Amino acid sequence: MSLLRIRNLSVDFATASGKFRAVDSVDQDVDTGEILAIVGESGSGKSVSMLALMGLLPWTATVTADELTFDGHDLLKMDRRARRKIVGNDLAMIFQEPMSSLNPCFPVGWQIKESLRFHLGLNRAERHKRAIELFEQVGIPDPEKRLSVFPHQMSGGMNQRVMIAMAIACKPKLLIADEPTTALDVTIQAQILDLLTSLRDETGMGLVLITHDMGVVAETAERVSVQYAGQKIEEQQVLPLFREPHHPYTAALLDALPERATEKRLPTIPGVVPGQFDRPAGCLFSPRCKFANDKCRAENPPPLGEDLGKARCFYPLNTDERVAS
Amino acid sequence: MTAPVMTADALERHYQVGGGFLRKTQTLKAVAGLDFQLHPGKTLAVVGESGCGKSTLARMVTMIEEPTAGSLTLDGKQVRPEDWADLRQHVQIVFQDPYGSLNPRQQIGTILQEPLVINRKDMSKKQREEKAREMLRLVGLRPEHYDRYPHMFSGGQRQRIAVARALMLDPKVLVLDEPVSALDLSIQSAILNLLVDLQEKMQLAYLFISHDLSVVRHVADDVIVMYLGRAVEKGPKDEVFENPRHPYTAALLSATPRADPEGGKERIKLQGELPSPLAIPEGCPFAPRCWKVQDVCRKERPVLEGAPHPAACYFPVDE
Repeated sequence: MSLLRIRNLSVDFATASGKFRAVDSVDQDVDTGEILAIVGESGSGKSVSMLALMGLLPWTATVTADELTFDGHDLLKMDRRARRKIVGNDLAMIFQEPMSSLNPCFPVGWQIKESLRFHLGLNRAERHKRAIELFEQVGIPDPEKRLSVFPHQMSGGMNQRVMIAMAIACKPKLLIADEPTTALDVTIQAQILDLLTSLRDETGMGLVLITHDMGVVAETAERVSVQYAGQKIEEQQVLPLFREPHHPYTAALLDALPERATEKRLPTIPGVVPGQFDRPAGCLFSPRCKFANDKCRAENPPPLGEDLGKARCFYPLNTDERVAS
Repeated sequence: MTAPVMTADALERHYQVGGGFLRKTQTLKAVAGLDFQLHPGKTLAVVGESGCGKSTLARMVTMIEEPTAGSLTLDGKQVRPEDWADLRQHVQIVFQDPYGSLNPRQQIGTILQEPLVINRKDMSKKQREEKAREMLRLVGLRPEHYDRYPHMFSGGQRQRIAVARALMLDPKVLVLDEPVSALDLSIQSAILNLLVDLQEKMQLAYLFISHDLSVVRHVADDVIVMYLGRAVEKGPKDEVFENPRHPYTAALLSATPRADPEGGKERIKLQGELPSPLAIPEGCPFAPRCWKVQDVCRKERPVLEGAPHPAACYFPVDE
């Protein structure tokens, strides 16, 4: 059984102008020790689906799912109190902007020790020792001194390490990293990604990496799930995804990468991601898809089989031999 | 090669920071000793991590700030603060964040006309409007967008508006400060194409500031790599990307994730982080993080020189 199992997860936001569906029937599995990347553009619901899992959405959001189990716990039936025991302990999350996720009023050591006290019930001396250990583990030089430093006194990269130290403080089984390196420079980004991968290797935790950077995906992830306008439109292992994408959106996205360009003009995807008011009736990508026909515009395609990357498309790409057989 | 539209010679910008009761002010050297030339129809890209002086450079080139030392020449004329008001219209800028750089209370037409209202007082209202509509078409927006407000547009469209506004005065130099980093991938490519088209049509000189090396690799003709306010390497794009000479350039290139899971994963791992710009190491600024460092690097600052393209390093990677 997988560590995390999500079936038919939908999230609706009540907005002043009516309901807005941010996540639309998403299925997702994560196994122990694997790195899953969720990629998508802004507004594709990649963060919202994971925030729903953590129970961190505001009251305007309605979360519905057929199944939402983590490590044998049914998160749907669980009351808030019991859930609090899991979140931050076995299930941890790192956010995009370390500077604004840390509390500026307390030293970083205090913030780490808080979770050690709450979840593990360690005493003061144990907490101090464990905090130093954690700082060493994430590669913060001079850990003892850094414990009493405030977030504004450190760089973005160091703060992100603090965030990671805090997230792994209780040895989580699943770590969700929401754009962990977007706010950082590339040399620091490389350090942080290496750190996350090595932590996975050491502890065997599952890692969900939410990102929009195809480069990060290619270098870090093992399995990739592509989201578009709230739906999961394709999921494959990283190698076949980059080699043979099945959904036209994935293919177009890869073609638009400047580094894959062969000439001065890049291939583009016309139009924009549909919003609250222009959500198409059929396939969500149909208005921008160069292969779309009337069927695509009228019906919403269900996900295809495993061998076609569960692509939500009537006419998946790169399938010739399989269709023939 | 054609004559350069803009030449910078030993450009420097220092800031006085700190100070106060019984405290000494410190000098922060944001940019030091930078030379470059911008040619019509060509793109010069400036790359580097945060704090390397990229944006300070943009502010000097657009005449928002005066260089502390060194000189800037526009079309053969020395740029002096007295002439800024006249010269500014030749150098325009597009900012990173298309959400913050357009006035939400102005219609697109008004936004586009504003540079003309200020700088071309001889133009009639009708001429201005004509020109704004023409520009709207040029950047790929529809005529009905003319009297809409910025909030009605997506990020990519807003960036088109920002580009259109920058081009209203027919500038010679366009400074692009991270023009696509706030945009989604599918939108990014359309904006890059637009910039290429406009450059060809209007023979603009671009100063393209970015930290995204894959974008720079696509658009640039020449590249300057900056580290802590200094150029550590410069040269034609292909040379710099294929044969980086400065260890920092090599590290930067290897740290950039490539969207190719089958590609080699040899990463040069850099130790540590950018030193504070207030305490730039005495010798080579990169010495504390460099894996090829020797004693001489810590004592004397290397100059930007050498062939095939100049790099500020005693022990270039390719030797």
